[in-house]
Amino acid sequence: MTVNQATATRVEQSAVVEARQLGLTFQTNDGPVRALSNVDLTINKGEFVSFIGPSGCGKTTFLRVIADLEKPTEGTISINGMSSEQAREARAYGYVFQAAALLPWRTIERNVALPLEIIGLPRAEQQERIKRTMDLVNLSGFEKKYPWQLSGGMQQRASIARALAFDADLLLMDEPFGALDEIVRDHLNEQLLQLWRRTDKTICFVTHSIPEAVYLSTRIVVMSQRPGRVTDVIESTLPKERPLDIRESPEFLAIAARVRDGLRAGHSYED
Amino acid sequence: MDRVRDKIIPVLTILAALVAVWYVAAVFMNAPFQRDLDRRAGETPGTIEFIGKTLSQPKPTMPAPHQVAQNFFENTFLRKVTSNRSLVYHSWVTLSSTLLGFAFGTALGILIAVGIVHVTALDRSLMPWIIASQTIPILAVAPMIIVVLAAIGVTGLIPKALISTYLSFFPVAVGMVKGLRSPEVMHLDLMHTYNASASQTFWKLRVPASVPFLFASMKVAVAASLVGAIVGELPTGAVAGIGAKLLAGAYYSQTIDIWAALVAGSVVAAMLVVLVGLVGKLVERSMGGRPA
Repeated sequence: MTVNQATATRVEQSAVVEARQLGLTFQTNDGPVRALSNVDLTINKGEFVSFIGPSGCGKTTFLRVIADLEKPTEGTISINGMSSEQAREARAYGYVFQAAALLPWRTIERNVALPLEIIGLPRAEQQERIKRTMDLVNLSGFEKKYPWQLSGGMQQRASIARALAFDADLLLMDEPFGALDEIVRDHLNEQLLQLWRRTDKTICFVTHSIPEAVYLSTRIVVMSQRPGRVTDVIESTLPKERPLDIRESPEFLAIAARVRDGLRAGHSYED
Repeated sequence: MDRVRDKIIPVLTILAALVAVWYVAAVFMNAPFQRDLDRRAGETPGTIEFIGKTLSQPKPTMPAPHQVAQNFFENTFLRKVTSNRSLVYHSWVTLSSTLLGFAFGTALGILIAVGIVHVTALDRSLMPWIIASQTIPILAVAPMIIVVLAAIGVTGLIPKALISTYLSFFPVAVGMVKGLRSPEVMHLDLMHTYNASASQTFWKLRVPASVPFLFASMKVAVAASLVGAIVGELPTGAVAGIGAKLLAGAYYSQTIDIWAALVAGSVVAAMLVVLVGLVGKLVERSMGGRPA
């Protein structure tokens, strides 16, 4: 398998996420459902990896396995050399959900403070981190607002700030901009890239948008469904500095075409 | 202005209709007795005079609204509040046991809900019993509670309050179970990714999420508490309270007194429900609720 060879050569000290022969079968009322099968993947420090595929291909499940929100039934996963459970207990990652999932009774600043309260950081440090992350997502001035007073895009930025406040080196994002309109999404994609460049975090990003995946990623993992498996891993040749109009460049379009081919190959258009 | 048009006018219209129906009913229900009186006195009043008489009997079958209003006004505003005839006095007696029972009931309801949400065994075993407890007619249970507690030397406020508790813990327990379980899966997952402890999840997520449910069920519970307090006053030998007033009125056929006590009870209930609603609104506002 080409995927195996590609990843096997890269196993070094800097591996943040390592999945080996990972599989997950859900027991449902309609019998077992294989959500993930034989996933081999290594994600290195500082990478921006996108997971793309049709609904039900297990991309979100894979992210949830990394986050220890689901337990794999086969194979192994390690995060920074730890088991996923140890990693969660060590608060090794920040997780951004499909919806902002802000608590409606807390102001934006209190929402960002939530994980810090749970860790038990002293007040002063909480304040310092809130200020820093709010600046990072350009939400300064909205600290005292309640979630309903903010637009959908701003709410999602607040939830990113909350994940960043943690100061974990790994950021897991599950279709964070899926519910937003395209203009807001473009804007947030740009900001996310800037943030990634500035902070040097490792980001795992689930999406079903080809342009989004190509624009953001250093590596694109194409997945297919039933059972969910990795069908292609594409290294991006785009430079780290990416203005929005890079999306019209031939290089960008070539990568997008390859992603599309990968998706088509993995997708049986029976119906 | 919109408030007058949208809220007050419809309510007043219904009130006016009710009062009209009440007057008509009073005339018809008091007419047989009035006819009897007139026959024995050998009088033959005209229609208007006859109607006037049906609406001013001292012990009517059905008192007219103005009789009730007059009685209510006299016994509320014109008597000393310490007087045994003052409705304020009786209302206060009932209110105090209502509030005590409501406080007990709310606390008990919350406690039961916390238990049900956190202990699987309680979840499976407790709910059917809680529902069964409310199918027992309170009128049958109340005298027994009073008698049993009196036998072990507990009298006065506590037994009445316990009957209020019995009625008011139920809506709170049911509402709070729902409220404590109301956080979305995503929020629970979020707490899980933070490796939050069960108590952190409880205090930072479940409790705040349950607050709207708490106030909604407290509105029902406070009204039930008042019913419990009144029912609890019936078997105490009719000493004081709205329940005692109702019972005394029934003994002596003081129908107007009964109705006035009924109005007093309704006023107390309305005030309690409005008060709980207001506190709920204030709390919701302080928790960043969107102004409606």
